[in-house]
Amino acid sequence: MAIEIEKPRVSLSKVALSETHGEDSPYFAGWKAYDENPYDELNNPSGVIQMGLAENQLAANSGRSSTSSFRENALFQDYHGLQSFRKAMASFMEQIRGGRAKFDPDRIVITAGATAANELLTFILADPGDALLIPTPYYPGFDRDLRWRTGVNIIPVHCQSSNNFEISPQALEAAYNEAESKNIKVKGLLITNPSNPLGATIKRSNLQKILKFVTCKNIHLISDEIYSGSSFSCDEFVSISQILAEQNYKDSERVHVVYSLSKDLGLPGFRVGTIYSYNDDVVRTARRMSSFTLISSQTQQLLASMLSDKRFTENYIRVNRERLKKRYEMIIDGLRNAGISCLNGNAGLFCWMNLSSLLLEPTMECELELWKLILYEVRLNISPGSSCHCLEPGWFRVCFANMNEKTLEIALSRIHDFMDRMRKVKISLQ
Amino acid sequence: MRLIVPLQGVVQGRGGIILGSIIPCALFYFLQFYLKRHRSLPPTNPTLPSTSSGNLSELQRCSSRANLLPRGSTVRVRVSARASSIAKPNDSPYYIGLDRVREDPYDEMSNPDGVIQLGLSENRLSLDMIEKWLSENLSISMLGLGGDGLGISGIATYQPMDGLMELKVAMAGFMTEVMGRTVSFDPSQVVLTSGATPALEILSFCLADQGNAFLVPAPYYPGFDRDIKWRAGVELIPVHCRSCDNFTLSIAALEQAYNQARKRGQKVRGILISNPSNPVGNLLNKDMLYDLLDFARDLNIHIISDEIFAGSTYGNEEFVSMAEIIDSEDADKDRVHIIYGMSKDFSVPGFRVGVLYSFNENVLAASRKLSRFSSVSTPTQQLLVSVLSDTNFTQEYIKTNKQRIRSMYNLFVAGLRELGLKCTESNEGLYSWVDMSRLISPYSEKGELDLWDKLLNVAKINVTPGSACHCIEPGWFRFCYTTLNEKGIPIVVDRIRKVVERCKPTVLKL
Repeated sequence: MAIEIEKPRVSLSKVALSETHGEDSPYFAGWKAYDENPYDELNNPSGVIQMGLAENQLAANSGRSSTSSFRENALFQDYHGLQSFRKAMASFMEQIRGGRAKFDPDRIVITAGATAANELLTFILADPGDALLIPTPYYPGFDRDLRWRTGVNIIPVHCQSSNNFEISPQALEAAYNEAESKNIKVKGLLITNPSNPLGATIKRSNLQKILKFVTCKNIHLISDEIYSGSSFSCDEFVSISQILAEQNYKDSERVHVVYSLSKDLGLPGFRVGTIYSYNDDVVRTARRMSSFTLISSQTQQLLASMLSDKRFTENYIRVNRERLKKRYEMIIDGLRNAGISCLNGNAGLFCWMNLSSLLLEPTMECELELWKLILYEVRLNISPGSSCHCLEPGWFRVCFANMNEKTLEIALSRIHDFMDRMRKVKISLQ
Repeated sequence: MRLIVPLQGVVQGRGGIILGSIIPCALFYFLQFYLKRHRSLPPTNPTLPSTSSGNLSELQRCSSRANLLPRGSTVRVRVSARASSIAKPNDSPYYIGLDRVREDPYDEMSNPDGVIQLGLSENRLSLDMIEKWLSENLSISMLGLGGDGLGISGIATYQPMDGLMELKVAMAGFMTEVMGRTVSFDPSQVVLTSGATPALEILSFCLADQGNAFLVPAPYYPGFDRDIKWRAGVELIPVHCRSCDNFTLSIAALEQAYNQARKRGQKVRGILISNPSNPVGNLLNKDMLYDLLDFARDLNIHIISDEIFAGSTYGNEEFVSMAEIIDSEDADKDRVHIIYGMSKDFSVPGFRVGVLYSFNENVLAASRKLSRFSSVSTPTQQLLVSVLSDTNFTQEYIKTNKQRIRSMYNLFVAGLRELGLKCTESNEGLYSWVDMSRLISPYSEKGELDLWDKLLNVAKINVTPGSACHCIEPGWFRFCYTTLNEKGIPIVVDRIRKVVERCKPTVLKL
């Protein structure tokens, strides 16, 4: 009789086995539920509607086929990136800001998506064991992107609904002090402006206070402006680059802007991200490190062509903003009719919805129960605030730009019915 | 066979769009435009490497900072320790040489005195075939529009970060073809990444912890230092190979290196081999591969086989992939991982398409997640799906490419012979490993770098010195010749002659 001896499995690193990818949160469970049972108007009308993915499919048809000269393009693997592409990106970023800030193409470092840009900056600005401050609620992907391979920690800067979740100097100080008390070195503050998941831009006065804070603490500031072209009007959005321009770039060497075409242009598949840094060392290092995450030269070529067509880009930016605004108003109205209020939003592909009144108790557990109910019964995938590290339970991020109007109407009617049922249940309990 | 000779840009041109079809003359003009962009700008700061940003005059720095801060304080915000060491100028000749070519590239017409690039292992011999295919199939391949392609909505939106299944299938098929059809690659074991560079880094993160080490036969590709040590923090322990053995790897040397590492308290997690090898141009035969597997099994460590040049073989020896050694039932398959990519065999380094191929489910699971930081752009994926699915074309391409590399190799070796220079007997690769040891003085790394400097600044050819590849014997250089055309070879030989004639041969090595 053969005796089976178990051979020792060859071992893997801690990184490969670790849980810091953070993919066990409801944020991802919701997607799974959607993947397993996706809504389709004709074939699966009772499926889960995806409202947990910040994707913009409202974008005007931006596809332009450009026959390009194949050979040089195929050989071009310079980590500086195509100059024509960087120039076009710089000009596009300027257009989004209404010309109120200038971008130097030589300060643009290309990366395969903003995910890579954020990770790269974290590698560059912080050592393992250091921390970045991030205002809550924040994009759930940061837990994975900024911590996983870098070994860097995130210290949340808690924001409250009482002041519309604005980032206050007190909250910043509190978070900084918390880090100090734990002997953790804070190396930077990362803000997302316009904010994900709030769907709101950061006020100019707050940006100035933020800049003052990071200067005083001598730390870096990363401004993830991936939704800058998705503000509902050009005037609503103020970029940190504008503040710096206004003060003649004093203290700018601590500031780094992240951008991407995944949201504003609705091209996440293309994997196009950039780091724009005012710090020469960071630009140089980031450029070298971008070897791990370059953008296909073919894609750079295509986009250089598209983005340097100023007539096209101006029109696109304007129309995209109009469509987003219209869609936002539609969902806000729909939710209001269902008796649900949202944070005042002015940007992004989502709204920040308040369902705290439905919670039996103001706890995260109750919020998750409600979330499960909405996912499995109502069959809407929305993202619970707890997965965004929101301190106050009951808030949810609802995406509205990744579907057509009809589907949104159906989603709204499901919410309406759900709220009706909840009210009846509440009445019958009293 | 129409080949490109690098052309020097003539005047400052605007960096605008190039619309054109893939016809030879459009190519010509585009190349000029491409090189205009890479004309040298005088470095703004002599102590910084030339890769630093050029025109910063648009950003005005205010000197008023001094007024705000207390006297005497210079509060500069810090970057990480990792970044500081990276920000230092590249002092490796490998990178310095590449920069020099960028600053002053050779052009037959407009810059005949420019630096000729022989330090970049790139194949320009066969792009015309791909180009031709595209021009005949353009509407389908570009963006996947038309027919039952995915359309803009399909490729624009979020796709699996580890690549489209269609491309994994096409890639597995291509790898099977390239590696001789002796083994079949499984698409479900393919993770696509933006180049082989991140594939290798991802493997390093998956197989080893910070401070652990891989054994790597030396001389080795200079980029490994960056790919493996930099962010993943994994050490590389060179296992020196020697000219007396034709730089062949020996298990005894591996054992010795492993034991020495153990004495030092260094934990070895794997062996990294490149097969076909870079820079030497050797193939590992079946026996050696089996021996390596036995060695890895005894120590319970991994094997990473970088097979990126698998299709660039032209000699009489057959290439054998590590995949062939692993039987699908074999318990050892968990320790074998293969790197591949489109940058060498298929000549499209700009497209950033690499493959991490593993038999280990845990590694695949982790790699698929990590690939989000290095995904392949979907329009490029779509284009490759189209091209690689045309197996008649790919077979023809592989065959013709090999013939062309062989003929350049012959020309180049003949040229070296004229100069009295020898190189290792090679079966593959886009380069020759040349022995110039009797021309260096002193017989040391310093002597080698002196010669390298002369070759770069006097002969104006960029070659890679052995020391950058961690070769233990001084005086060996890697010459990549597949960036040239036939006309380029005599020019290169001539230039080398100028330098060689000036060097007094040292005492003959025994």
